[in-house]
Amino acid sequence: MTEKAPSAKAATDKALTELSFEEAMAELEKVVTALERGEVPLEQSIALYERGAKLKAHCGEKLKAAEERVEMIRTQEGRATGTTPAEGM
Amino acid sequence: MSELFEDAEPANTGGPQGNRPEFTVSELSGAVKRVIEGEFGLVRVRGEVGRVSRPASGHLYFDLKDDRSVIAAISWKGQAARLQVRPEEGMEVVATGRMTTFPGQSKYQLIVEDIAPAGAGALMAMLERRRAALQAEGLFDADRKRAIPYLPAVIGVVTSPSGAVIRDILHRLRDRFPRHVLIWPVAVQGEKCAAEVAAAIRGFNAIAPGGPVPRPDLLIVARGGGSLEDLWGFNEEIVVRAAAESAIPLISAVGHETDTTLIDHAADRRAPTPTAAAEMAVPVRIELLATLDGQGARLSRAVVQGMALRGQRLRDLARALPRPEALTQGAAQRYDLWTGRLGGALALAASAKRAALDRVAAPMRPRLLLDMVARRGERLAERGRALDQAQARRRERQAERLGVLSARLETGFAGLFRQMDMRLREDRIRLQDFGARLDRAPQDRLALLSQRLDTLDRMRQTLGHTETLRRGFAVVRFGDAVVTSRAQAAGAGALEIEFHDGRLAVVAGGSGGGGGAPPSPVKPSPIKPAPPKPAPPKPARSTRSGSGAGPDPEAGSQGSLF
Repeated sequence: MTEKAPSAKAATDKALTELSFEEAMAELEKVVTALERGEVPLEQSIALYERGAKLKAHCGEKLKAAEERVEMIRTQEGRATGTTPAEGM
Repeated sequence: MSELFEDAEPANTGGPQGNRPEFTVSELSGAVKRVIEGEFGLVRVRGEVGRVSRPASGHLYFDLKDDRSVIAAISWKGQAARLQVRPEEGMEVVATGRMTTFPGQSKYQLIVEDIAPAGAGALMAMLERRRAALQAEGLFDADRKRAIPYLPAVIGVVTSPSGAVIRDILHRLRDRFPRHVLIWPVAVQGEKCAAEVAAAIRGFNAIAPGGPVPRPDLLIVARGGGSLEDLWGFNEEIVVRAAAESAIPLISAVGHETDTTLIDHAADRRAPTPTAAAEMAVPVRIELLATLDGQGARLSRAVVQGMALRGQRLRDLARALPRPEALTQGAAQRYDLWTGRLGGALALAASAKRAALDRVAAPMRPRLLLDMVARRGERLAERGRALDQAQARRRERQAERLGVLSARLETGFAGLFRQMDMRLREDRIRLQDFGARLDRAPQDRLALLSQRLDTLDRMRQTLGHTETLRRGFAVVRFGDAVVTSRAQAAGAGALEIEFHDGRLAVVAGGSGGGGGAPPSPVKPSPIKPAPPKPAPPKPARSTRSGSGAGPDPEAGSQGSLF
């Protein structure tokens, strides 16, 4: 309980949008485990649930945003200056 | 062939040797050059590299040889730098180039444009050397390896845009997790391969985040399988260094599973095939979705269960909570019971105590106390009497003892006094005796000493020269000195003659004067008297000697003075 409480708090401090998919997944896992153990005080467990829901939504967004985009680098003197969509790949 | 020979042909057949045309050396050399260059425009020569020299000019000179022949080979400065393989002595190579001559030395040589190692053994040996060198530099160290991101948003792929490799990668990515892929097209074999691959790795790393081109989170350098020579570009130092320096995590997927190129050692991960590289690059989206759903379900369930559990516990506890009356009933009953018994208990306790007091107080009468006092008084008187008697007896004993001791003391003293008296008397007698002796002693001694003094004085008088003078002798002096011979007296002017009653000054003069009184001989004295003050020892001696030598001549000489 003492171990979970600060982590939940720290996670709240970090903006969701800044979290990578992996970080968000890891935190969600922690939240779920903490809740499942039932060691979190009631008030905190509600906050944790809300956080967990947001994390899940965030991860879901990231997974939905799985869009293929293939581009060819255009170069000028060894530097990438732009991209051209690659066709037919 | 060339014109030269066509011209020479008829001359050779038609005329004698002398008719053959003459060439200058340069003409012939030029002709030979043309023939050689024309015939061997571009050749590939396989041989072992012999002596290699690389002078400051930058050109590269070396020999190509087999067991019987040697051909000189040159690679000009610009070309030498571009050679795939740096020739080393003993290396088996295939050199590509044009034959030409060097007329200055009557020499033919191969201008080398490219060199390739001949045979896998040579290449492998070279590869191993390079690998060891780069490893020694630390480029392959495990602590340089970075972790591959879990879910990269942008993946940069360095490979050929045409061919199966990029298709395999994109296909597998699509299956697992479609991503934004940037392809940096490069030649994956041949001369330009290494430079382009290195430039692409560096180019991807040079992309700044937030620019027109998104910066990749992950790089894949990929190429399909091929021969060792085909893959050679990925063994080049420039590529290995670019991969090692890449700030973006890099997966290498060059060749098939069994092929290992040096870039594989420098990469953060090595994939056996391009497809495997795609698998390493991204997780499977469907699986992640399932996991996420699972997490969501667990989350909801955990909360619902948590609530249910708490509710249940609350109800259980509420049920177990007893009614307030029940808590006090027992106590109330006990209170009633004990208060009821309280009044009777007090009375009972008081009477019990009184009975106990009575039991104890019953024998406590004044008569008893008086008896006891009387008894004690009697005993005390008895003891007092006994004490008096004992003291009286004790005093008697002590008086007796004192008597005995004082009697012994008196006897002892009397004895002691007698003894002391006796000793005192003895001492007194001895003292008187000593006193008498003491009185006598100085007188005796004084008499003895005065007696001795008289004797000595008499002796002195007999021995002293004054007595002699009294007898008629005189002492002649000159100044302080005593004159003992005539010669002395004759030499001196004023003389002094000492008689027993004083001195008389005389002047030594004529010899005719007869002496006065004839000198009487003096008896020699055995004792040397203490001379009187005015007379030093000399006169005494002279007197003595005079008396010793005989009175007559002495007297004569003395007499002659007068």
